[in-house]
Amino acid sequence: MKSFWKNLTTALAAVGLFSAASAAELLNVSYDPTRELYKQVNEVFAAKWKAETGEDLTINQSHGGSGKQARSVIDGLEADVLTLALAYDIDEVGQKTGYFPADWQARLPDNSAPYTSTIVFVVRKGNPFGIKDWGDLTKSGIQVITPNPKTSGGARWNFLAAWAWALKQPGGSEDTAKAYIAELYKHVPVLDTGARGSTTTFAQRGIGDVFLSWENEAHLIQAEFGAGEFEIIVPSVSILAEPPVTLVDSIVDRHGTRAVAEAYLKFLYTPEAQEIVAKNFYRPRDQAVAAKYAAQFPAIPLVTIADFGGWSSAQQKFFADGGVFDQIYQPGQQ
Amino acid sequence: MTSAVLSQRPPIQRRRRQRSVLPGFGLTMGYTIFYLSLIVLLPLAALIVRPWELGLSGFIAKVTEPSVLASLKLSFGAALIAAVINAVFGLLVAWILVRYPFPGRRLVDALVDLPFALPTAVAGIALAALYSPKNGWLGKPLKDVFDIEIAYTPLGVILAMTFIGLPFVVRTLQPVLQEIDRDTEEAAATLGARNWQTFFFVIMPALLPAWFTGFALAFARAVGEYGSIIFIAGNKPMVSEIAPVKILQKLEQYDYAGAAAIGVVMLGASFLIILAINLAQRLMAKP
Repeated sequence: MKSFWKNLTTALAAVGLFSAASAAELLNVSYDPTRELYKQVNEVFAAKWKAETGEDLTINQSHGGSGKQARSVIDGLEADVLTLALAYDIDEVGQKTGYFPADWQARLPDNSAPYTSTIVFVVRKGNPFGIKDWGDLTKSGIQVITPNPKTSGGARWNFLAAWAWALKQPGGSEDTAKAYIAELYKHVPVLDTGARGSTTTFAQRGIGDVFLSWENEAHLIQAEFGAGEFEIIVPSVSILAEPPVTLVDSIVDRHGTRAVAEAYLKFLYTPEAQEIVAKNFYRPRDQAVAAKYAAQFPAIPLVTIADFGGWSSAQQKFFADGGVFDQIYQPGQQ
Repeated sequence: MTSAVLSQRPPIQRRRRQRSVLPGFGLTMGYTIFYLSLIVLLPLAALIVRPWELGLSGFIAKVTEPSVLASLKLSFGAALIAAVINAVFGLLVAWILVRYPFPGRRLVDALVDLPFALPTAVAGIALAALYSPKNGWLGKPLKDVFDIEIAYTPLGVILAMTFIGLPFVVRTLQPVLQEIDRDTEEAAATLGARNWQTFFFVIMPALLPAWFTGFALAFARAVGEYGSIIFIAGNKPMVSEIAPVKILQKLEQYDYAGAAAIGVVMLGASFLIILAINLAQRLMAKP
């Protein structure tokens, strides 16, 4: 028994020394649909880092709902880098922990979002109801699937894209937009808590006629169920979803991983990583790569979160308790 | 303090106590209190302390939002209905398992435990697939023939709660049923009792305390259930949103205090209801 403990401590010491000498470890805390993307990125980056510095690099990934991941970091999960669905979630981590400065989003190019996506419609084979644009979603009998924006980051983009379309209609105003949104959510029979749950409801359970989806998820659904089963419809207006990334300063300094974490985030902007981004159906930022994959990403007029005054004001107005989303479900308010 | 109490006891009792297989009363009691504090009291205390940073009026405002009230009503109402269903059918299942030897009884007996073991999310996905009004094996015929929708309505919530609560009633009733002597029933019969009289006046009084316990357990489990329900409820605000989903929504807004406020209300209500059931059980058991 004694020798067992001795062996164990020696082994632990050896691992400890070993990792201090020539290996580094990073934890990338991300949201749900990026699992495959970062798996591929990590492989390429680790090989590159090894070639450049001789250091073995292990990149651990953690995935989950964006808000839940942010709360884990607030409660002590030691993330070296954060790659979440919304700037709002990263803002909250910064404010609650003070781990990184408030202007984190200005530290990397393109609002710190190395890839983007947008919201599109997924319909069943042959588009039996002739869905073309946001206005078709409130036709009588149509059922729309989208998660609850109070629990799902992705669903907030859906909601805002619909709102933006309604505002742009002739005679559009806050009131008409609210009326449209209220009508739209009357057509939603199931509000799942997250985007993946909604995908299951629509694709597996067969519920609903139109599924509001991230563009990258829409392509994944097609790949998963065969291209014939579902069709992607691109609406006349959508929203530019920018899932941002940031370094967690306090933690990389404690871990001594600042150099590698910075290199990792910068790597996301290189043509090499941007190719992986495009292959995973995220829209690349790099012009050359974007041109190469232009057929895959139709040009749509996109509003941005800045049109809503940034995340904190959008959150306050639409999704906080008593906000527009709550109001459309209160009796006597519709 | 415990040792002082112990030393006052007559020596004969002390000796008897020492013969217990576990070490002395002081040690085990101390351990019990420590363990309960660590596992139960501490987390609950952390929960109860949290919402008061809102102040009393803030607390009341949080838990009286219309959608929160609706979700609390659904959670407790559906749990009560599910517990009643389980109490009735669980008694039937326990009765059959104990009283009738039939081929495959062991298998059926093992089946009862499955809802315990299955990850609740798996149960929810399976139930949603089965009862989906569009392509579910049961859901589609129910919709087409009877125009009844179970998945994505409050009925789905009751269904999931019934599923996960069943073992609690069956497993608390089984040992008691086994204990009831057949002789008493025969004695009742010889004294001229009809079957229904034997059941209601001889068997039921013996079963009632365990039945209440099973009911309370099934109810408590249903109130706290989350994983299976969210897949089948549809989660529509004001209609099929259970209280734990409202808690999750508060957390998504980083409103920890608001989430804890709903948690405290659920905790308090559950405690009162279970206390009432226990009191009722005590009253029934007395005569």
